[in-house]
Amino acid sequence: MSSENGKRLLETDAGGLNFEATELTLGLPGEPRVTSDGGAKLGSKRGFSETVDLKLGDNNREVKLGHSLQEAAKSPVSKTQVVGWPPVRGFAKRGKKSCKYVKVAVDGAPYLRKVDLEIYNSYQQLLTSLEDMFSCFTIRNYLNEKKIDQVNGIEYMPTYEDKDGDWMLVGDVPWQMFVESCKRLRLMKSSEAVGLGLTTGPKYSSTN
Amino acid sequence: MSEDDERQQSPPSDLEFVSNKARNCNATGSGSGHPEFQSTYPDQVLENVLENVLHFLTSRRDRNAASLVCKSWYRVEALTRSELFIGNCYAVSPGRATARFTRVKALHLKGKPRFADFNLMPPDWGAHFNPWALAMAKAYPWLEKVHLKRMSVTDDDLATLAELFLGFKELVLVCCDGFGTSGLAIFVSKCRQLKVLDLIESEVSDDETDWISCFPEGESNLESLIFDCVECHINFEALDRLVARSPSLKKLKLNRYVSIGQLYRLMVRAPQLTHLGTGSFSPSDIAGQGDQEPDYVAAFAACRSLVCLSGFREIIPDYLPAIYPVCANLTSLNFSYANITAEQLKPIISKCHKLQTFWVLDSICDEGLQAVAATCKDLRELRVFPVDPREDNDGPVSEVGLQAISEGCRKLQSILYFCQRMTNAAVIAMSKNCPDLVVFRLCIMGRHRPDPVTSEPMDDGFGAIVMNCKKLTRLAVSGLLTDKAFDYIGRHGKLVRTLSVAFAGDSDMALKYVLEGCPQLQKLEIRDSPFGDAALRSGLHHYYNMRFLWMSSCRLTRHGCQEIARAMPRLVVEVIRSADEEEMDDVVGTLYMYRSLEGPRTDAPKFVTIL
Repeated sequence: MSSENGKRLLETDAGGLNFEATELTLGLPGEPRVTSDGGAKLGSKRGFSETVDLKLGDNNREVKLGHSLQEAAKSPVSKTQVVGWPPVRGFAKRGKKSCKYVKVAVDGAPYLRKVDLEIYNSYQQLLTSLEDMFSCFTIRNYLNEKKIDQVNGIEYMPTYEDKDGDWMLVGDVPWQMFVESCKRLRLMKSSEAVGLGLTTGPKYSSTN
Repeated sequence: MSEDDERQQSPPSDLEFVSNKARNCNATGSGSGHPEFQSTYPDQVLENVLENVLHFLTSRRDRNAASLVCKSWYRVEALTRSELFIGNCYAVSPGRATARFTRVKALHLKGKPRFADFNLMPPDWGAHFNPWALAMAKAYPWLEKVHLKRMSVTDDDLATLAELFLGFKELVLVCCDGFGTSGLAIFVSKCRQLKVLDLIESEVSDDETDWISCFPEGESNLESLIFDCVECHINFEALDRLVARSPSLKKLKLNRYVSIGQLYRLMVRAPQLTHLGTGSFSPSDIAGQGDQEPDYVAAFAACRSLVCLSGFREIIPDYLPAIYPVCANLTSLNFSYANITAEQLKPIISKCHKLQTFWVLDSICDEGLQAVAATCKDLRELRVFPVDPREDNDGPVSEVGLQAISEGCRKLQSILYFCQRMTNAAVIAMSKNCPDLVVFRLCIMGRHRPDPVTSEPMDDGFGAIVMNCKKLTRLAVSGLLTDKAFDYIGRHGKLVRTLSVAFAGDSDMALKYVLEGCPQLQKLEIRDSPFGDAALRSGLHHYYNMRFLWMSSCRLTRHGCQEIARAMPRLVVEVIRSADEEEMDDVVGTLYMYRSLEGPRTDAPKFVTIL
């Protein structure tokens, strides 16, 4: 029954996106994600349309990557993950050999959060988790690019500061390279991002 | 308000306080308007005597019993209860609690049910400390201690505690959230009498505020500072100075941002520590450490009073031998963040003859557990956590480890054991070898997994536990279980107060057995089991005696739950929706129900429907 719940959640959440591609499959860092068509997607560079689908304020609660990683079943394709099983508290990252904690700032937010990049395998996982983390805001602006109309205007661009101190758009480089070079994350209001020259260039699909 | 199953309260106040109260009681006593001639009014004498006697009554169960004797006893007990425990913050309102108990110095509150820890409950469900903080500020300005578990606490609440309670001494937050380092900064800066600040498994947001620097200058009264769960960098120099000016400090648990080199400096400052959480237990990343490593062994050797050791958050096992000097005195060792092998464990554990509490990762394998069993003859509590909590792996610990522990640690009282495989035989062996078991929590991580040797369900194993462990009060079951297991529990688990069930049972009968058979049942949490409305009905006679019932992903319907709500007006029946459920779905995703004197709460979020 719970596996049904898990699947239903993902369906409504993913909208028109390729469901299998966005299905949460969790494994050790570096492990290839196995999609339902059997192919593995290892840190492949994702286009803008797949990386930036931030819905701050969306009530996407039960899918909490940061916590459920420890509790999810390994994913041979047929097994769906079960929320909260085994019942090990998600706060504790027990026995982890490496963590890569980076601070995440959101423009307009009163405080920072931290994420451990090591626990994600792809940009989509990271961004979904960020959505979750910051959805407690009263900022009800989101861009769901699958809708024709832009709702409420404020789009957040995920950016990061790399080892050289440059601010880059998240999604530019292969995932592993990103994990290694990322020092901190900032969800920037897109008006500001434009000012920094971080625009959605021609390699990304248009969003509106 | 009669919640039970917790430990004894703190010792009563001294006699000076007692006689003070006696005089007050005299003046405002039942014979109003009369002068204070004790000998003239036998009722008054009796009440004074009672008050003096009741001061020594610390167990809240005893106090609850005393309060039921008659009105006079009720009144006096209410006047003398100094530590107030409320097991479900929604069972009673702050106003009602403060009206009855007027002299409270310590508050212990619990909020969310335990399954909220595993993401089974959406965030912002409730359990806000705020209304309690405000009520306490008015009713108990002398409040000294607050202990919260699974509550939402805001930075403002922390400010309230520090500003409105001048004598505030102790704050313990277990599994709480909603606050950040800015709240901590305000709290520590204004709370001048602070003795205890324990943050345990709580989520603290990083507001980039240097809260350690906010402790006031001058000598501090700190006895306990626990912040191992705080996932933020701290100002080490400020911490060093704080420890240096805290001569009474006995308990210090550092977070993983404190390196082993920094730990050394703190240990040298505070060799009087009894409880130490070591932080990362590895060197910091800073290049150019220099060749000279501090003498860690000497630092540990200097801590002659150390009995409780934990931390090891990012352990480099090479440093483990540093703790050898303290092993012989340790009664509690927490390696549950240390991914170490059996070989790395053995030299340590072989010295820990006095160990009573041991938390560890399954990375030590069955072999490691055998080593524990060989040495730790006094072991009372064991917890084995999984490094890799997934379902389909070959786990490193199994029935072999459990069997060994049962043979070596006969005094075992409490066990939590995560594994991938378990046999009935090993569980039965434990039930016979460890008759003192009070807590038995076995988590076979593969759902519906039978005994791998016999292919039978795990019914007989758990059956043996409830039959042979006569003191058992807490049980968590797992693996493939039929209704038979629950029949055993209902028939033999007469003292069971807390029961956790997941992916178990065949039919409503299972739940019926438990609800009809276990008279002491207080807390029942069930997930993903095939129990429906009929089963729910079978507990109507008992629900007022329980703290709560949780059932998620079972087979309950809305009208079934509605029936319960109608039949039992003092029960709050919450139906909690997950994101994809419609409001008018008949299928109930999560039921959480609890007795309450207050009726439906007013702070329920949109995804909660109270029937």
